[in-house]
Amino acid sequence: MQHQEQKFIFENGHLASKPLRQFLQVARGAGLRISAAESIDAARSVAIVGWNNKAITKTTLSLLLAKSPEEKSQFDHIFELYFKSQEFLKSTNNEHTEELDKTSNNFNHSDISQHSNELTEALLRDDQATLANLIAQAANDIELENIRLFTQKNLYTRRILERMGIRALEMKISAQSEAQSINESSDFDVLSERIHTLRNSVRDYVERQLLLFGRAQSEQFREELLKSSRISNLNAQDLIRMRQLVRQMAKKLAGRYAKMRKKRLRGQLDVRRTMRRNMAWGGIPFVTHWKQKRIEKPKVMVICDVSGSVAAMSGFLLMFLYALNEALSDIRSFAFSGTMIEVSDILESESVEKAIEKILEVIGFQSSNYGSSFTDFDENWIRFLSPKTTVIILGDARGNNTDPKVEILKNIATRSKQLIWLNPEYESSWGTGDSDMHRYAPYCKQVTVCNTLRHLENAISEIMVHST
Amino acid sequence: MSNTQNHIQSIQDIENGLANTGYISNTQISTAVFIAQQLQKPILVEGPAGVGKTELAKSLSTWLHKPLIRMQCYEGLDESKALYEWKYGKQLLYTQILKDKIGSVISESDSLNGALEKLHDFGDIFFSRNFLEPRPLLQALEQPEGCILLIDEIDKSDQEFEAFLLEILSDYQVSVPEIGKISAIVPPLVLLTSNSTRDLGDALKRRCLHLHIGFPDERLEEKIINSRVPDINKKLLKQIVSFVQQLRSLDLKKVPSVSETIDWAKVLILFHTSILDTDTVNETLNVLLKFESDIETARKQTHTLTQQSQRASEIS
Repeated sequence: MQHQEQKFIFENGHLASKPLRQFLQVARGAGLRISAAESIDAARSVAIVGWNNKAITKTTLSLLLAKSPEEKSQFDHIFELYFKSQEFLKSTNNEHTEELDKTSNNFNHSDISQHSNELTEALLRDDQATLANLIAQAANDIELENIRLFTQKNLYTRRILERMGIRALEMKISAQSEAQSINESSDFDVLSERIHTLRNSVRDYVERQLLLFGRAQSEQFREELLKSSRISNLNAQDLIRMRQLVRQMAKKLAGRYAKMRKKRLRGQLDVRRTMRRNMAWGGIPFVTHWKQKRIEKPKVMVICDVSGSVAAMSGFLLMFLYALNEALSDIRSFAFSGTMIEVSDILESESVEKAIEKILEVIGFQSSNYGSSFTDFDENWIRFLSPKTTVIILGDARGNNTDPKVEILKNIATRSKQLIWLNPEYESSWGTGDSDMHRYAPYCKQVTVCNTLRHLENAISEIMVHST
Repeated sequence: MSNTQNHIQSIQDIENGLANTGYISNTQISTAVFIAQQLQKPILVEGPAGVGKTELAKSLSTWLHKPLIRMQCYEGLDESKALYEWKYGKQLLYTQILKDKIGSVISESDSLNGALEKLHDFGDIFFSRNFLEPRPLLQALEQPEGCILLIDEIDKSDQEFEAFLLEILSDYQVSVPEIGKISAIVPPLVLLTSNSTRDLGDALKRRCLHLHIGFPDERLEEKIINSRVPDINKKLLKQIVSFVQQLRSLDLKKVPSVSETIDWAKVLILFHTSILDTDTVNETLNVLLKFESDIETARKQTHTLTQQSQRASEIS
């Protein structure tokens, strides 16, 4: 078996043999990020270690392709899955070619092409294994691995069926049914029924392959879609993916921010300090001093609305708050609906799911009262504001017709460096109904619509630039 | 290079060679070293503290008889500490000497052009290798026999430093602006270790083989302890390993790793322990666990754990 596998993999003598290429494609589809350089390395190292020892091959590929513990376990899973199906394919292939050799001598339908000849026999005998093999062969011939989008399903199904010679078979059936005699008819009835089943199994096969090979494109497509779709419209499954995206984004932002902080004016000599430092050597500059620009850490306070009116959003906003908390070191977070509480500790100590659950449990889904929440802030935390602090408010500014307490917001604005409001509603609905957005807006440095991941990313990266 | 390749013919060779130095490796580790040799790629070793990441580099160095050059990373590490530095003092002295000598050198020529000619002939040695102070990375490239370069705890360094490492990791060369490219005489075998305190950049990960060393299973850990503490009796060894393995499944702040198991085994031998009992465990628990709260958690369970480990040692 091992030898066969090796031969199978290396049948073309290519470095990147087809199975490896296919495997890489499958692995990409399953979410591993594999660059071209990595696939070349994979091919080179597989050429060195060979396929004789599956465990070593697996370890080798895992070293090159999976770059974190999560990816490693993902990789193991894919590897087993993929090479199991390959082995299976190979073994069925062998058994049945022999069988076919035997049987093809007994039958002789000269008017049907060779392909459909085999097909007819298999159908008549209802030999599922041979049929599966024929499907796999035909799929291989028409290069089914190129399938990318679910819209191509029918196209590929038809191509496979044609390749198998189904058209010739159907023509034969219709020709025969015109000149049918009574005892033959049952045979053809059976046949056409089985063709129907065959169609279904080919469609199934294509669907499965689509899952294997098409996932990469579909996945990318979905991510793009997610980034620009309204968060309140997402379903639970999308939310999981969203969580990954949010984390990625927070990481990116944190990296960019770290870079900003490190940027220094290197290359300019600080003459004064150099002289001072080198006094001991009679002013000969042994040790040089360079001018450095110190960049302050941003101080950020985030106030997040978690009331019923933004219920669909609040989970997401909290998720982002969590990510932001990981990315920035000096951040305090607050959540409110009727009253306000500080949630920095919860975000710091719990995992993201638990933190969100806990916060929503304590304070979420009540009817919002911006006035009383701002009063809470005024009483407890306003003294922590400094001229360096950036205040971000996430909310729809709908206070159920309660007193908006604009003067507190004004106070917050004057005592902080900047006040930014991110509103999940579109601008057209600001100020309608119980929305106090227009009353708050004059004191904010910036009011931005924010209801997709992309909005959020832009807004936050802008804040980071200005707050440093 | 040829020298090393004589050593390394197969994955099994590596496993045996490392075992001779007292490092018990597994297929994964040996395969990683093998591929790294063949493809000349660095290995990025990740895993919890104390599972033998740094030890791997040391053992490789002993086995291959190559010097080990170690660079410990920390926040703020930059190229003047990692790659090279000019010997400013010497350079200044050189200019002083030049000032004194220049008169006699150019005094023979009578015209300004002649003097300039002389100066050009003089050679530009101010920025030359003579005044270059090699730091670990440059040292590693300059080893005539090759070496093992260990870049330890890369996750502690800054992100810019990571980017700076890319050139040396992929091409085994560095660029010094005043001199040009310096390529490795013999490409070193590079190991980077990380405790994953932060995520490393994709560019760095892409250039490396990614080896994850986790906690070993019971059999491997027994082998490791046995090789490090040879005079331990079999029964105690089994008990120790079984106990630590169980301890790892508890909810602890920091689970004990292999190096702590080794320390513990050494301590128990010092105490002339032949059988693990609850009292001995309680007295020596602080060797395994480094947090007060962890010790508290474990102490409640020591009795059951000890008994279980006793049973485990009797079965086998």
